[in-house]
This record gives sequence, structure tokens and C-alpha cells, in this order.
Amino acid sequence: MNPAPLLEVTDLTKHYPVGSGFFSRPMGWVKAVNGVSFSIGRGESLGLVGESGCGKSTLARLVARLLRPTDGSIRFGGREIGALDRRAMRPLRKRMQIIFQDPYASLDPRMTVAASVTEPLLNGATLSKRERRSLAADMLATVGLRTSDLDRFPHEFSGGQRQRIGIARALCVRPELVIADEPVSALDVSIQAQILNLMKDLQQQFGLAYLFISHDISVVEHICNRIAVMYAGQLVETAGSEGFHWACRHPYTRALVAAVPQPDPQVILPPVPVEGEPPDPAALPPGCPYHPRCPHAFDPCPEQRPPLIEAGRHHQVACWLNGGKGVEQGLPLNWHGSG
Amino acid sequence: MTAYLMKKGISLTAVLFLVSLTVFSVLFVLPGDPAQIILGINASPETLAALRARLGLDQPFWVQYGGWIGSLLKGTGGHSITYDTAVFDLISSRLAVTGPLALMAMAIAVALALPLGIFAARHQNRPGDAAVMAGTQVGLAVPEFWLGILLMLLFSVHWGVFTAGGFPGWGEDFRGSLKALFLPALALGLIRAAILTRLTRSSMLEVLREDYVRTARAKGLKERTVVYGHALKNALIPVLTIFGLQMGQLLAGAIIIENVFTLPGLGRLVFQAIGQRDLPVVREVVLFMAAAVVIVNFLVDLSYAAVDPRIRLDGQ
Repeated sequence: MNPAPLLEVTDLTKHYPVGSGFFSRPMGWVKAVNGVSFSIGRGESLGLVGESGCGKSTLARLVARLLRPTDGSIRFGGREIGALDRRAMRPLRKRMQIIFQDPYASLDPRMTVAASVTEPLLNGATLSKRERRSLAADMLATVGLRTSDLDRFPHEFSGGQRQRIGIARALCVRPELVIADEPVSALDVSIQAQILNLMKDLQQQFGLAYLFISHDISVVEHICNRIAVMYAGQLVETAGSEGFHWACRHPYTRALVAAVPQPDPQVILPPVPVEGEPPDPAALPPGCPYHPRCPHAFDPCPEQRPPLIEAGRHHQVACWLNGGKGVEQGLPLNWHGSG
Repeated sequence: MTAYLMKKGISLTAVLFLVSLTVFSVLFVLPGDPAQIILGINASPETLAALRARLGLDQPFWVQYGGWIGSLLKGTGGHSITYDTAVFDLISSRLAVTGPLALMAMAIAVALALPLGIFAARHQNRPGDAAVMAGTQVGLAVPEFWLGILLMLLFSVHWGVFTAGGFPGWGEDFRGSLKALFLPALALGLIRAAILTRLTRSSMLEVLREDYVRTARAKGLKERTVVYGHALKNALIPVLTIFGLQMGQLLAGAIIIENVFTLPGLGRLVFQAIGQRDLPVVREVVLFMAAAVVIVNFLVDLSYAAVDPRIRLDGQ
């Protein structure tokens, strides 16, 4: 039997009230995250992809317990943390850290780099100021910055350098899990590659587990062992990143994959146009949330939400096309061949 | 830094020059002859003319203005007609009341506004926030002289814990002097606190949503460190600006409140001097108040650099 995963999320749900004020009752609920389950083992990296507004960031903040889940369970290191309050979470913070999307907003503008990077060490640790500083200097060197940068302020750095500072800050407590919420999407492409490679190296060096969130499927393929695709607050497909392009089955995933520009001119993927807009999370369609936009929707789609079912080794799909037990229905599973 | 200070010094001088010219012109064209008011309506034209000549009121505008500026530059200043002393001495003795009054009022305002603003921001859209916001709305609507009278009614007339006016003097009765200043300072401070609370709340709400505050939480810091160490310090900059601007309003408020509580401060001095056409006093007190406002705002500018490392005063 496999050892218990580092992070195990079951039926995680976050609903926000809409239109409530001082005295009024909420008029409805935004279902930002709607019954999401996944797990991440030690040293493993799971990439979470989906378009803007699908609930990726909410999911990241739920897992980091910066938000309180409406329902569901989050087990971290074998311990249920979904209902812990801020104080009870504090000792666990050393073991999980989060990197945010916007490197301009995620560093306190009033703090020097040294102060920002060493601050997590104040949480329960007993290091002297000098020890903290030398640790911060080591961390800066690890992420490719200079020791002389310690006493500078965030506004003196470029976006890529700031994100390196953010990574140094996250890693200086030696966490087991790093939640990276679109860590490269605010950076320009040449810097993206540097940061991604840095994160990949650091993962090996420190044995980190990543929950890596991105709207760019090629970024996630580059850095992660497994990929989970999110749509309208739900996971629609999870699979290994190896050969993901060819193995993916959900019509939404296929559309995402087909939208990635191919570097090899010999490979021609049929474009899969996606019609319409993502659904309003306050008024999700019944059944499969993707059915109003899905070119292959058929009878069960508007009626019942498809569960995530096994579609192969380490591969799960939530689509009625995948049948109950992987039976083909309406569309050949080897869809690339027919294009 | 030296260049910055010099630039500020030049602009301070320019502001004071304009204020002096404005005050002087306004008082020059104001109806009501000081000599007439001093001597009464029965004075003979000869005595009037003699007094006007002695006070220099018969001189043309520029000569009078030049004489006044000259006396200021020499450091002697004008001479009060009613009190028959140097205006500088009057100002310094009255400042011993108004200075502490203003400081106490600002201290009360800040002591109320910061905790209430932070509390309201952290409990946004909950009953506590609603109560604080309703309270500040009242504070914004109530004029300070009326609040002063209400406080006087409650604390002095009804409960008898504070005196209803007057000032014993710091040398004679230090505790009594502090007590005498408390109610007027409270009246001034509560009104300032209303604005500062709302500002602190909105500034905190903005900062609490910032990623670096989220980062601070994710670092596992104590909630106190997150709120005071990261959020508040960044939220303080707009609050500081308004704090500086409020100093000007505070001096204006002091004129009214010192009259309500019969405190021998600068405000009461200038109020009475206007009634008595004691022009040298009016001019110099107004000039002094303008200088005080400009200097306080200059200090606020300096403090930005201390609060926010992104702000460099020398502009390099």
C-alpha cells in the first residue's frame, strides 16, 4: 500500500454569499470551488490548470488555509486542517508555504529583503538575528540573487528578481509543500523560463511537493508530474503530465491543449474552438458544467454531473463520453487519429 | 536632503509672505477705525488724529506694511494696542494653552481613530463595523462648539467632574490645568477622530486585501504582527496626510472652542483682538497659525520618508 499522501483534499467546497449587506440575507451563492478532490504525495508536483475565474486561486488559498472552506476536508501530513483556526494553523505554516502571482504586490514595500525573507523564521524558531540573516543570505544565493541585496527594498528589483525573493522567502523555512499560485504569469516569457527552471531545480534540491497553479498548460507540463484540469470550480480531468497532450480525454482539456501553440511545424493539431463564455459561478448549469459549450454534449450531460472516473493508469476524467467504465460513446477516444 | 530643506524653506517663506500680504490687506480695508474703537465715539477729531498718527494709521498702505514686515524681520514684532505689550510675548504666553490643547486633541483623535478604524476594517460589514461607522457619521455631522457645550453640560453641570471653563495656569495648578483642557480637547478630538477613523478603516480595508498581508499570514506570523506590523504601517500614509491637514482645522476649531470654554489661548486672543480692532495682534496671530500649519505639513512630508522607504525626499 502507498504511504499516506502529504496533502489529501476531499470534496473541498467554497461558496461565497452574493448580495448580502448589514441586514439582508444572501441572495445566492457563488460556487467558487465545488467538490474538488485530489492528493499530492511527498516530492510530487501537481499542476492545476484552468481559465481565469475557474476557482484555481480560491483552491490555492483554501489549501493554504488563508480561506476557510465551506465544506470538505483538507488533510495535510495526515492531519485534518480544514477547520483549524488561525492560531492552530500557525505551527503548520512552516511546513507549507505559498508563492503568489504578483511579485509586485506580495512583498511588503516597507520591508527590506532580509526582513521579508527571514520573517517566516520568527514563527516558533529560536534562531538569533545573525543566524537568520546568514540563512537569508544563503537562500538568496540559492535563488540567484546577491548577498548585497539583503538590505535593499522590493521596489529596487525587477519582477523576476522579486519573484526570486518570493521563492527565497517561501523556501527559507524548508517547507514540505509549496503552493504556487500562477508564479510566472505576471512575468515576461524570457523570465518565466528562468523562474520555472529555478523552481524545478529547487524541487529536486529540497524534495518539495508543489501545487502549481497556472492557466498555461505548457507551463504546467514542464514542471509537474501530474496535471489536474479545473472548470467552473470542479476538476474535470487528472492525468500524468507525460504524454498529456495525447492522453487527455475531456473535451475541455482537448480544447485547452489544442490552444497551445506547437513549436514543431510537423505536428498539426486540429483546432478545437470553444463557443460561449464560462458559466456564471453564481448560476452554474445543471449537470456537467461544461455541457452548454461542449460540442459533444448528449443526453446525460445537462442532467447529471459526471463523477471523476478512472480512464487509465493515474488518469481520471469527469465526462459522460468516458462512459461508466471507459466505454466509448459517441466519440472515438483516440480522437487525434481522426483529425 | 539639504536641497530639499532649502526648497521647503523657500516655499515656506513664499507662503508666509502671501499670508502676511493677504492678512494685512484684509485688515487695511476692513471698516472700523482702530483709533475710534480705542477712544470711543465721543473722542474729539484732534485726539483721534493724534492717536492715528501715533499708531501710524495715517501712513499709506505700503509704508504701514513695510514697517510691519521690517519689525518682524528685526524680531521685535508689533505692539498690541489693547494689552500694551509686545505681540510676540502675548503669542508665547497664549501658546502655552493652545499648544497643549491641540496636542491633547490630536492625541485623543489618534488614540480613538486607529483602534476603531482597525476594528471596523477587520469586522467589515458586521455589526461592530456598522456601529463604528454610525458613530463617525454623527461625529462628522456635529459642530464642535455644540459638542463642547454638550460635554460641558454632562461632565461639568450634571456630574461635576470637570470645570466648565477657565484655566488656572500651568505654574499655579498643573493638574487643574490639564483637567481644564480635557473637555475642550475631547470636543475637538472627537470630531477629528470621526474623519480619521473612516480614513483608517478604508485604508486598512485596502491594505488587508493586499497579497503581502496574505503572505504575512501564510508565513505563520501572529495575527497581531500581521495587522499592526504589515497592514497598519502601510495603511498609515494616507492617514498621515489627513492628520497634517487636520492640524489647520484644529487651530480654526480652537478659536471657537476656546471661546466656549473661556480658555486664554491663541484662538480667544485673536477672536477678541478682531472685535477690538487690535490689528497688530490679529496680523501676527494669523501669520503664526499659518506658519504652524505649513510647518506641521512639512513635518508630515518628512515622516513619509520614515514610513515608506519608496519615498525619497531628495527625488534621486
